[in-house]
Amino acid sequence: MPPAVTPDLAPAGNPRSRTTLGHQPVTVAWLMLVPAIVLMVTFLIIPIILTFGLAFTNARLISPEPARFIGLDNFTRLFSSPTFWRSLQNTVVFALVIVPVQSAIALGLALLINAKVRGVNFFRTVYFLPVVTSMVVVSMLWMFMYQPNGLINVLLAKIGIDGPDWLGDPRTALFAIIVLSIWQAVGMHMVIWLSGLQTIPGELYEAAALDGAGPWRQFLHVTWPGLRQTATFILITITIAAFSLFTQVNIMTQGGPLDATSTVVFQAVRTGFQQQQTGYASAISLVFFAIVLVVSLIQRYFTRDKEARR
Amino acid sequence: MSTATHTPKAKVPPAAAGAHNHPVVRAAVALGRVLLALIFGLPLVFMIVSSFKPDNQIFADLASINAFLPLGDLTLENYLGVFDRVPFARFMLNSIIVSVLTVGLGLLVNSMAAFALSRIQFRGQKIILTVILATLIVPFETMALPLLWWSNQLPWIDANGLSQGWLDTYQIQIVPFIANAFSIYLFYQYFDSIPRELDEAARVDGANWFRIYRSVVMPLAGPAVATVAILTFLPAWNSYLWPLMVVQSEELRPAMVGIDYFKQLNVSWGQIMAYATIITAPVLALFISFQRAFISSIASSGVKG
Repeated sequence: MPPAVTPDLAPAGNPRSRTTLGHQPVTVAWLMLVPAIVLMVTFLIIPIILTFGLAFTNARLISPEPARFIGLDNFTRLFSSPTFWRSLQNTVVFALVIVPVQSAIALGLALLINAKVRGVNFFRTVYFLPVVTSMVVVSMLWMFMYQPNGLINVLLAKIGIDGPDWLGDPRTALFAIIVLSIWQAVGMHMVIWLSGLQTIPGELYEAAALDGAGPWRQFLHVTWPGLRQTATFILITITIAAFSLFTQVNIMTQGGPLDATSTVVFQAVRTGFQQQQTGYASAISLVFFAIVLVVSLIQRYFTRDKEARR
Repeated sequence: MSTATHTPKAKVPPAAAGAHNHPVVRAAVALGRVLLALIFGLPLVFMIVSSFKPDNQIFADLASINAFLPLGDLTLENYLGVFDRVPFARFMLNSIIVSVLTVGLGLLVNSMAAFALSRIQFRGQKIILTVILATLIVPFETMALPLLWWSNQLPWIDANGLSQGWLDTYQIQIVPFIANAFSIYLFYQYFDSIPRELDEAARVDGANWFRIYRSVVMPLAGPAVATVAILTFLPAWNSYLWPLMVVQSEELRPAMVGIDYFKQLNVSWGQIMAYATIITAPVLALFISFQRAFISSIASSGVKG
C-alpha cells in the first residue's frame, strides 16, 4: 500500500516539459537530493541493515578481531536470559498502561481547553510546559520528588498516607516512572487531539443539538467519529515512544530495583555500549524492531479500514 | 494538502455548544482547568524556586506551601556550586554548537531534497519519496546500537589526514541527524501548496531550478521553516542517549549528559535543581517567546496524511 502521500507526478493543467530549460532538470534534481540521500543511506538505511547482519555475529564495539558469524547464538542467549524477559515484560506493561491512559488524559485535556474562553491559552501553555522540558530534567526533578522524604511523600503524609520509597521499591518503581512519563508527554498529545477537534465542522454540533443530542451523545456521534484518524495516529506514536523507554530508567533507577524497571532499550544500551557486545545488542534491537513493525502493521490495518469506509 | 482551507472552520467552539452553560458545569470545568494547571506547573515552579535555596531549607519547606514560594534564605550558592563542579560554559557551548548546526544544516539539506521531490520530474521520484516516508516508522532507539558500531568504522579526513572512527567528536553528534525524513515530508507538503505558476513565471524569466528554490519557493516557506526548526531543535537540545554513548571527552559533552556529574558523590539537590533550571532556561525562553509557533509545530506533526 502506498503511503498517505502520493507524489504529485503529473499535476493537471501543468504543461511543463523536461526540455524547456537550458539546464537539465534531472541532473539538478539529483544534485539537490544527493546530500539528503547520502546521509539517510549512511545513518539510517545501513544501520537498519546492519542490525540484521550484526545480530548473527559476535561483533564487539571496539575489537581488533573482525566479527564472526555465530548463527542464532545471540538469540539463544537472549531468550534464555531472565533479565531480557523481565525487560520485555516491563516494556509491554509500560506500553499497555501508557497507551490508553495517556491518550485518554490527553483527549480530556483537549476537550477541557477546546473553548474560546478568556484565559484558555494560558492553560494550554501551562499543560504544554513539560513537553518542552527535556526528559533528563524531568527525570531528575521527579527523582527528587519521589525521595522517601521528598515532596510527594510529605504531601501524602498530610492526608494520612505513609508513602513508599517510590523508586526503591520493586512494587512501585515502574508505576512511578509511568506517572512522570505521562506528566511529561501528555501535553503533546493534547495539542494533537486539539488540532483534530478543530477540523470538525461546527455545523455538525448544531445539527446534533437541534436533534436534541446532549453533550455525551454529541461526543459519541460527532466528536469521536471525527477524531478517528487522529486517534490512530496518537495510538501509534504513543506506542512506539513507549517501547523506546530509556532516559527515565537510566537516570532514575538504572533498571532496578531487581530489574523492576529494566526495559528493552535499556538492556540494548547496557550490553551494546557498556559491555560493548554489539552483536548481542543488535539481537535485542532486532526483537524491538520486530515489535515496532507488528505495531505499525496494525496501524496500516486500521488506516485501510478507514479508507474503505469512505 | 491544505485541508484547513477546504473544511469550514467551526465558528462556535464545538464542545462548548450548549454543554457548558449550566453554572455548575462551568464552575467544575474552570476548577478542573486550574487544578490541572497546578499539576503541570507546580513541579517546574518547585524546581526553579528550590534552585535558589540551601538544601536544608528545601527540605524544611516541603511540608508547607513555601516549597513553591521564593521565600527565606534565597541564595545563588547553588549556581556558583554548579560552575565549580562542572565546566558549565563548555557544556552549554557544546549543546549550542550541536543544536544550531543540526538545525541549520537540516533546514538546508531537507528543504532542497523536498524541493526536488515536489518540483522537478525525474525517474525514481516516487520510489524515493516512498522509501523516505517508510523510514518514519523506525524509532531511532532500534538502530542506535548498530549505528554506534558503524560510527566507529567510518572514515574521517581532517588536517591530520585520514582517520577511522567518529566516536568522541562533534560530527558524530551532528551529522547523523541532519537528514530527517519527517522534515523532508513537512517541506514537501508545504511546497506542494505553493502555486506552481510562481515558478513557471520565474522560469520564463530564465531562472534555473536552484534560483527558483532560493528566490521563489524558500522565501514563501517561512511557516515550514519555523516548524522544522522547532521540531529539530527540541530533540537536538534535549538529546541524551546518543551523546551518552558517543562522547567520552569532557570538552565535547553537551549539557544534558552533564547532569550525570551531579548524581555522583555529595548529592546536593539544590545544585541539581540549579543545573536543571539553567539547561532548561534556553528552551523555556524560546517556548514562551514563540508559543504559537511551538504549539502549532507539534500539532502539525499529528496532521499526517
